[in-house]
Amino acid sequence: MKYFLQRIGFYVFTAWAAITLNFFIPRMVPGDPVQSLIAKYKGQLSTDAMQSLYILFGLDQHKSMWAEYVDYWKQIFHGDLGLSFTFFPAPVSQVISQALPWTLLLVGITTIISFLLGTSLGVVAGWRRGSWTDGLLPVTTFFSSVPYFWLGIIAIYLLAGPDSFFPSSGGFDSGLVPAWDQYFIPSAIQHSLLPALTILISSVSGWILSMRNMMVTVASEDYITVAHAKGLSERRVALSYAARNALLPNVSGFALSLGFIVGGTLLVEIVFSYPGLGFTLLQALGARDYPLMQGIFLIITIAVLVANLLADIAYLLLDPRTRKDG
Amino acid sequence: MAEPVLEIRNLNVDYGLGDRAVHAVRDVNLTLHRGEVLGLAGESGSGKSTLAYGLTRLLAPPGVITGGQVIYHPAQGSSYDVLALSDNGLREWRWAETAIVFQGAMNSLNPVHKISTQLMDVLKAHEPNMSAHSRAARAREMLKLVGISADRMDAYPHQLSGGMRQRVMIGMALILQPQVVIMDEPTTALDVVMQRQILGQLIELRERLGFSVIFITHDLSLLVEFSNRIAIMYGGRIVEEAPANTIYRDALHPYSKGLLSSFPALRGPRRELTGIPGSPPDLAGMPAGCSFHPRCPKAFEPCGSAIPVLGRPDTPDGAGRSVACWLHPAEQPVG
Ligand SMILES: Nc1ncnc2c1ncn2[C@@H]1O[C@H](COP(=O)(O)OP(=O)(O)OP(=O)(O)O)[C@@H](O)[C@H]1O
Ligand code: SF4
Ligand SMILES: [Mg+2]
Repeated sequence: MKYFLQRIGFYVFTAWAAITLNFFIPRMVPGDPVQSLIAKYKGQLSTDAMQSLYILFGLDQHKSMWAEYVDYWKQIFHGDLGLSFTFFPAPVSQVISQALPWTLLLVGITTIISFLLGTSLGVVAGWRRGSWTDGLLPVTTFFSSVPYFWLGIIAIYLLAGPDSFFPSSGGFDSGLVPAWDQYFIPSAIQHSLLPALTILISSVSGWILSMRNMMVTVASEDYITVAHAKGLSERRVALSYAARNALLPNVSGFALSLGFIVGGTLLVEIVFSYPGLGFTLLQALGARDYPLMQGIFLIITIAVLVANLLADIAYLLLDPRTRKDG
Repeated sequence: MAEPVLEIRNLNVDYGLGDRAVHAVRDVNLTLHRGEVLGLAGESGSGKSTLAYGLTRLLAPPGVITGGQVIYHPAQGSSYDVLALSDNGLREWRWAETAIVFQGAMNSLNPVHKISTQLMDVLKAHEPNMSAHSRAARAREMLKLVGISADRMDAYPHQLSGGMRQRVMIGMALILQPQVVIMDEPTTALDVVMQRQILGQLIELRERLGFSVIFITHDLSLLVEFSNRIAIMYGGRIVEEAPANTIYRDALHPYSKGLLSSFPALRGPRRELTGIPGSPPDLAGMPAGCSFHPRCPKAFEPCGSAIPVLGRPDTPDGAGRSVACWLHPAEQPVG
């Protein structure tokens, strides 16, 4: 428990450091993006919005750095991340909350499926090592080393096209309005198939390989021989002894990969022009939209930290050795 | 002498196949009688563990049994060959009839499961009709038997000391009341006091519960103290077999004599520690004839060309013992 509290303390500290860094970076950016923006939208900015920009970008000369810093934290806690330049005058929080579900659903679901599928296949491949399943390993190794986006480009080239069932870009038909109805949902699913398949194929191989290798390592442990000697069924030895122990590193790997759902598949979204967070980040980069970039980085940082925390919790639950005597 | 419970006949085990196979166990004939402790000794690499894994069919690849029989005599019913059992038959035989405490038993417990789970899953596999309540009761009883308090049931292996883990393994081995318990260097990782304490406890349990033990170690002093009969292995073969005190007082095989002189006497007159010159044989390129002859101080004319068979020696007390040495040609081969 003490260990766990230490970890939580560490994550809180990291989050604080990341947010503080986010406060200082724009103050060091050369040039003056806010002034030019204010000039561009002369007259259209409300006083409130301008005040918020001043605080975020440190242009509020009447205040001390410390007072600005306090204001900055207040804004963060109210979910106010400033206004986006590219989607002006939409607030950053709104832009992010529109893009985030796309990424969460696409990458989240594929990550979970990929983990479950890859781990199960890895258990079988590891337990039956030396059989025909070993012949599939080179293929798996190939796919796990191919970058996502490259696979995505190939998939678009081979499968997408004007007459194809698979659309090559976007998250839904351009004629539709996002809504939970019978037109929009099938279209969204149809658009997600190719990117999902791309992510699935290149990530499932990694899970298969790591689980298989752990199974092979664990299979030579003494307690596996003992389990056989005890006359337990093959199934029980394979699942409750071998797979249960081999799972440990994979589960924490999975928890960590949840953190990369948000930012890790940026390139796939870019290749497929998928309206998720990665694609939005690309747009923000192109337009030097600092508030949006900051907001997205903040979300990515928090996601990674939460995932690390989940990995710790998973390990704590699965491996009794990490629980200090209780 | 008591009736046999386990008869190993001409057992051969190789590692690998074809020309490059290593013959780790060769033509081993050995009988374990009801209620006795049979000690198995020999230098590291002589094939003791391989013999234990072979007779329980637990060899990991590349180990293969290339010949022989392991005849098991159950308490009731007719005898059968363990090596010919079906997969299901083998699963039922394992642990219920013959349990093993492994070399390096420190790692014999799965770190992620509670002690109780690991004790009870044996019961679940072998006695599926037993209620959860009586499974737990039996597990507690076994822990008590080996001197561990029942409140350790829910402990994980890492929360126990080495000695306690060892006791748990012994308790687990006895949980189905097997007729045979094989102990492969069960205590090498423990300190000497703990070793004797645990072995003493085991022998006491054996007297109470009436199982037989194959006790493997390269520590002859432990063997002489705790076993009824001792078999000595060299280069994959049994080279001598006799009652424990006969071996201790009057070993016939020069290798047995060498082994005995490499540890200090337990009691009685002090002996000179000489050890055995030379190094253990290379199993891949075994010398012709008696495989001990390059190291044997008594080697003579037939030793380099013909293999001596294990058999009853020409000594007055020859009836209860056997040896494979040209100094004492077998009157009656074993097997
Ligand atoms: N997996 C393996 N592959 C190839 N050879 C092996 C394998 N395991 C054991 N051997 C060889 O078989 C021989 C017998 O090994 P074994 O483990 O049975 O010896 P042992 O008498 O139990 O020794 P120790 O006292 O060290 O436990 C050794 O020479 C070893 O090199
Ligand atoms: S047979 Fe010959 S070499 Fe072998 S132990 Fe006897 S005397 Fe020595
Ligand atoms: Mg051994």
